[in-house]
Amino acid sequence: MSARYLRRRVVNWVNLSMSVLGTLFGLFWLVWLLWTLVERGVRWLGPELFTQNTPPPLAPGGFANAIVGSILITALGVIVGTPIGILAATWLAEFSRRSRLAAVIRFVNDILLSAPSIVIGVFIYGVVVARFGHFSGWAGGLALAIIMLPVVLRTTEDMLKLVPDQMREAAAALGAPRWRVTVMVVYRAALGGIITGVLLGVARISGETAPLLFTALNNQFWSTDMNRPIANLPVMIFQFAMSPYDNWQHLAWAAALLITLAILALSLFARLVIRSRSFVK
Amino acid sequence: MRSAAADVLFRNVTRVAALLVLALVIAILVVLVVQAWPAFHRFGWHFFSGREWDPAHATFSALTSIFGTLVTSAIAMVIAVPVSFGIALFITEMAPAWLRAPVSTAVELLAAIPSIIYGMWGLFVFAPLFGEYVQPWIIEHIGSWPWVGALFQGPPMGIGIFTAGLILAIMVIPFISSVMRDVFSLVPTVLKESAYGVGCTTWEVVWRVVLPYTRVGVMGGIMLGLGRALGETMAVTFVIGNSHTLGASLFNAGNTISSTLANEFTEAVGQTYTSSLIALGLILFLITFVVLALAKLLLLRMAAREGSPT
Repeated sequence: MSARYLRRRVVNWVNLSMSVLGTLFGLFWLVWLLWTLVERGVRWLGPELFTQNTPPPLAPGGFANAIVGSILITALGVIVGTPIGILAATWLAEFSRRSRLAAVIRFVNDILLSAPSIVIGVFIYGVVVARFGHFSGWAGGLALAIIMLPVVLRTTEDMLKLVPDQMREAAAALGAPRWRVTVMVVYRAALGGIITGVLLGVARISGETAPLLFTALNNQFWSTDMNRPIANLPVMIFQFAMSPYDNWQHLAWAAALLITLAILALSLFARLVIRSRSFVK
Repeated sequence: MRSAAADVLFRNVTRVAALLVLALVIAILVVLVVQAWPAFHRFGWHFFSGREWDPAHATFSALTSIFGTLVTSAIAMVIAVPVSFGIALFITEMAPAWLRAPVSTAVELLAAIPSIIYGMWGLFVFAPLFGEYVQPWIIEHIGSWPWVGALFQGPPMGIGIFTAGLILAIMVIPFISSVMRDVFSLVPTVLKESAYGVGCTTWEVVWRVVLPYTRVGVMGGIMLGLGRALGETMAVTFVIGNSHTLGASLFNAGNTISSTLANEFTEAVGQTYTSSLIALGLILFLITFVVLALAKLLLLRMAAREGSPT
């Protein structure tokens, strides 16, 4: 009896220790990754990164053009992806909660949410790049929009569903038409959550590299022309990190540090907003 | 009357946006099929069974890439599933309340780090250390074992299929562990309390009550992680070595569908080459589609048992 009890206690102890080790294993990589970024990136940070363009091999320079290009492409992704995501979520949450079509759309949205981003790149290559015969900022932005859209749709729908129906009914009882109820009451109540979704979407797309490789490509020069290949941080990191030139690799690490810190800050901030906003239900 | 018209307009605008999502997924499928068609037409079933990938002679087949994709993802699952289970167990059953949120958030931050950062770190930091200190030891000690030994032979290069699988594991841990954590917290407290009440240890409660109750959801989480691992691109492209060969050893260089696309797409000349690459993309999309659909169905069944439609 007591031998058996002892055995159960030992099994319990061993397995729970493994669980703690598993957690430490997960956190270990996070710490190592971040440490690597800081250690390799921080000493190359300087004001010239933001004022000079990407240099030829073995010359000093920065990545001002890549930052501008990234902002342009990401902005296009947000501008195209966000409204469609919010409107589609509105239809799912406000007008068609239980219909069959809504279930189908939720399903394909989840597929889109987890579809490999490089496949999205291939798709945009097929419909935009191949059609117009050249890589362009437009193509890159559209690829990012397709990645952004399902993130916004998913979080917005979840947030709209958290708004109590009594609020909708109260507004409707005062004689407000349906669209005003949605825009003035439901959107306003769910605003924090919707913004969170957008922030998470921005965090997701601003580090995406694969879909940009053959849509926006890259550009060594300052360009704000969305009709041409345009410099951007992720593809620049890819090309410079893989290059044999020291100064290019240093720039890649500095850019990697900056972009990761920005994305971590964005997603942490989004999490804080979502946590303080889970007031209803 | 004006507000009624506005209502109809608003409703239809939102409906069009929703239908656009559906149309988009269909369009992706159609475009990929149409553009992959020349490759399928030219190579037939051989595209799936052949081993050649020879741009010089315009002969292409998908087997090495599919093999690499499946093997790296399998390695990732073997490592990530137990670790994620440990993390979920720690967060839901063991950690003091003040530690839960920080640990959850920290693990989820792993998912926010861009794929390309994993790639750089893997190639420049992890692979050299692994190739110098860990791999020689494994090759010497495990490489001579019967059966399994063949998996761990070859020169210690640091990069290769195993390294890619390990990095994929780290990348999918946050997805699997967060689903596991969520479904574990769905187990009714009464069930767990009654098990504790008859004298079960924490492990027995988890193994005999929590896991059986959440089995479907846990499978869904694993499928979700698998879907991610299958499609991951940049991290793999950096560390897998990119060679179109099939070998038994996990330490060999290899390739995956996504790494081939990332490496070769802009360099592809000629319709057959491009079409073959797009065909690879289509295969990847279909594989992940099936896996993710399965994940979604399993998670829906889990939610349905809870009585809360998702």
